[in-house]
Amino acid sequence: MATATLESHDTHDDHGHGTSTGISNTKLAMWTFLGSECLLFGGLISTYLLYKTRRGPGPDNTTIPTDIFDIPFTSVSSFVLLMSSLTMVLALSALTRGDNRATRAWLLTTAMLGGVFIGGQVYEFTAFLREGVGFTHNPASSAFYTLTGFHGVHVSLGIVMLMSLVVASKQGKLTPKNTETVEVVGLYWHFVDVVWIFIFTVIYLIPTE
Amino acid sequence: MAITEEPLALTTGETAAAARPLGALTRPQGGNGWRDWLSTVDHKKIGIMYGVAAMFFFVVGGIEALLIRIQLAAPEGQFLSAEVYNQVFTMHGVTMVFLFVMPLAAAFANYLIPLQIGARDVAFPRLNALSFWIWLSGAIFLNTSWFVGGGGADCGWFCYSPNSGVAFSPSNGVDFYALGLQIAGIASLIGAINLIVTVLNMRAPGMSLFRMPMFTWLMLVTQFLLLFALPVITVALFLLMFDRLFDAQFFNPETGGDPLLWQHLFWIFGHPEVYIIILPSFGIISEIIPTFSRKPIFGYSFMVFSGIAIGFMGWGVWAHHMFVSGIGPFSVAAFSLSTMFIAVPTGVKILNWLATMWGGKIRLTTAMLYSVGAVAMFTIGGVSGVTHALAPADTQQTDTYYIVAHFHYVIFGGGVLGLLGGLYFWFPKIFGFMLNETIGKVNFWLILIGFNLTFGPMHVLGLQGMSRRIDTYSPGFGFELWNLVATIGSFTIAAGMLVLFFNIWKSKRDAADLPAPGPDPWDARSLEWSVPSPTPEHNFDTVPVVEGVDEWWHRKYGYDEDKRVVRIATIEEAAQDGSATGVHLPAPSFWPLVLAAGLPLIGYGLIFNLWLCVIGGALTGIAMYSWALEPVDDPDAGHDDHHDDGHDDPDDDPEHATAVTAGAEGGE
Ligand code: HEM
Ligand SMILES: [Cu+2]
Repeated sequence: MATATLESHDTHDDHGHGTSTGISNTKLAMWTFLGSECLLFGGLISTYLLYKTRRGPGPDNTTIPTDIFDIPFTSVSSFVLLMSSLTMVLALSALTRGDNRATRAWLLTTAMLGGVFIGGQVYEFTAFLREGVGFTHNPASSAFYTLTGFHGVHVSLGIVMLMSLVVASKQGKLTPKNTETVEVVGLYWHFVDVVWIFIFTVIYLIPTE
Repeated sequence: MAITEEPLALTTGETAAAARPLGALTRPQGGNGWRDWLSTVDHKKIGIMYGVAAMFFFVVGGIEALLIRIQLAAPEGQFLSAEVYNQVFTMHGVTMVFLFVMPLAAAFANYLIPLQIGARDVAFPRLNALSFWIWLSGAIFLNTSWFVGGGGADCGWFCYSPNSGVAFSPSNGVDFYALGLQIAGIASLIGAINLIVTVLNMRAPGMSLFRMPMFTWLMLVTQFLLLFALPVITVALFLLMFDRLFDAQFFNPETGGDPLLWQHLFWIFGHPEVYIIILPSFGIISEIIPTFSRKPIFGYSFMVFSGIAIGFMGWGVWAHHMFVSGIGPFSVAAFSLSTMFIAVPTGVKILNWLATMWGGKIRLTTAMLYSVGAVAMFTIGGVSGVTHALAPADTQQTDTYYIVAHFHYVIFGGGVLGLLGGLYFWFPKIFGFMLNETIGKVNFWLILIGFNLTFGPMHVLGLQGMSRRIDTYSPGFGFELWNLVATIGSFTIAAGMLVLFFNIWKSKRDAADLPAPGPDPWDARSLEWSVPSPTPEHNFDTVPVVEGVDEWWHRKYGYDEDKRVVRIATIEEAAQDGSATGVHLPAPSFWPLVLAAGLPLIGYGLIFNLWLCVIGGALTGIAMYSWALEPVDDPDAGHDDHHDDGHDDPDDDPEHATAVTAGAEGGE
């Protein structure tokens, strides 16, 4: 027991052996972190809800994002993001089976689906900009870009993590012994997806005015 | 390194250093002076660094407080201009809250939690170093606004919009506020995650949650408050930053922005923040009072549950800071009620401390005096707090000196006095010598009397109608006398602090002639007192097995047939002797420091020149990358093994001793 406790430093705290709860340190840390993230997005979503219909006072800043949404387009890119949760699960199960090639393939697919989602977001942002609805346009647009932007940054960080896993796997460092690393990245990825369901509902599905 | 099989070959690190390309950033091996401190991942050293830095900022915030009091000593003060006055009281509040009380609590948490739960370190030692360095870089960044930002922030510590917008605060002070607190917030978030995982996961065998010492318990609640409160202020600070730096439209009423949003977000964070300040002190008091009353804490589980209740209820009351902001009568009534309820668990705590002292064999040491003083002052602050919970009364008192009196009684009287008590209590454990008790009592009484002289009269001033945050007042309102008394009081506090620093200096000098304090100078109750003072790097020779609350006390005392307490073991018999071999500890690393150094550069970049962002970002990125590639344990470092090579007593090891002394001198 004593030795087990000793060995739980940073990354090499093996799969929860020797921790008081039986959950490994890294996984518990990720859960804790995600708890905190709930309030981050909670704050951003509340801000958006407060501002979503606030048009600017002048003649040129009265258009708000809601006026120009392309809901079918965003629905498709949301679907793509949700599918990436599935491929993430498949990556983990491939690793558990010890199938490295499949693991890499699924990780890459997940990252790619995330990339498609980000691409869709970039497209949406530029479309809005063309309509003249930029970040500083009015309170509603500031809130829109902040909320979706924060989410986009989270997805992008997730893609970086996935790509690091792919590299680690190529170098042979990702073996069935490290399923936990993939699980922890997976937790983050699923969280980001679930948050998007909320954001999508709040922004695009609940009618305004 | 894995459990050391061979005795170490390297104690000086020269060979290995020569082999490495990184020069100054080579991992230090063995205690080699300042590099050891800059790269340490030892929770005890990190705790000491937090403590030293926090005391430094206490002096800074204290000087700001004295400037305020000099200005207000007499009517029509000319000492500070109105602009500078605004900056000084804002930076005073910000410094005291974010750069003194919180990091001092973090100092105790870092040093003590692993020892109290029987762990060799925190769950993520390198992240622990990272949070210290990030906090420090945020703190330094924030204070450089005096020199490069055209002055400090001038919008009050809660920086209400639209005062904090560019229109009303055109200098860069508020940008420094937004970015500096953002950086410091990252540190607290990482720290909170680390300590939560540590407490939940790293407990020694037998240390169930309901056997944990009260200090660890209340710190755990505090960390959860941080975990959930910080992201809310993070959101607020981001919005403010976007408004100021990138012309977003969040808080500008002219274009449809809503200044009340800032108030809501700020106080959803800000009220729990009050408990983030006070609960660590409650935890400290809950260790000191039982020790010096020679009784177990009264109603342990009540103490735990009331702590948890305070943690929960702290969330439901934020809008009592906003009764006069126009949030509507229903909200006002609801928040008024919820605020009065929170007095209940707090009252439970006070009764438990009193019941613990009741019938106990009380020893009035300095630490005990501080604790009793904290309970008394906090009670006064709590009572005046309940009077604000009544919305009609608050409408009269808000933004007067009555409020200034109230919150200083709570956060200085309840929070800071408790922390200073903790300093006297744990000082011998941390530095290996006792603070002089006689000087300590002088120190305590000066601070207590000065405190009451300073803040007591502010109740009167407030009821007389003196507003807070005014840079001066006219004669003839009856404000002169009490302001003068308050200013005299504030210099008495300052004198008390000087006595504290003198005490540390003198006690250190005298320590050579006095017997070493040994592991347990106070005959205390929890596990940190079972290890030598100062604590060896590996904490415990053997990881303790815990059988109950107050484990350490029960190893020393038992009961005879008549249920009387009898000594069953001496301290020496029960204590660990500091001679473990083959202990494996994480290796030091410079990357946390480098990573943290990048963040203020990004901050300056956002304010002044985006190229600095690129440099800062690159530095941070390189540090992250190198961190990820650096093995947690340096396979050929010998840093923690100076206990394995025949030195049984850590004090025999010259390098170890130097490091600890350096801490004590730089200390205070
Ligand atoms: C040396 C002892 C201290 C003195 C003499 C002192 C004095 C003052 C005074 C006179 C003000 C009101 C300024 C104004 O409204 O114009 C003030 C504000 C404040 N103080 Fe202190 N203080 C002391 C210690 C502390 C400590 C230890 C803390 C926190 C732990 C603290 C936290 C604050 C805060 C948060 C404010 C509000 C600043 C604002 O209005 O934005 N003070 N202090
Ligand atoms: Cu409050």
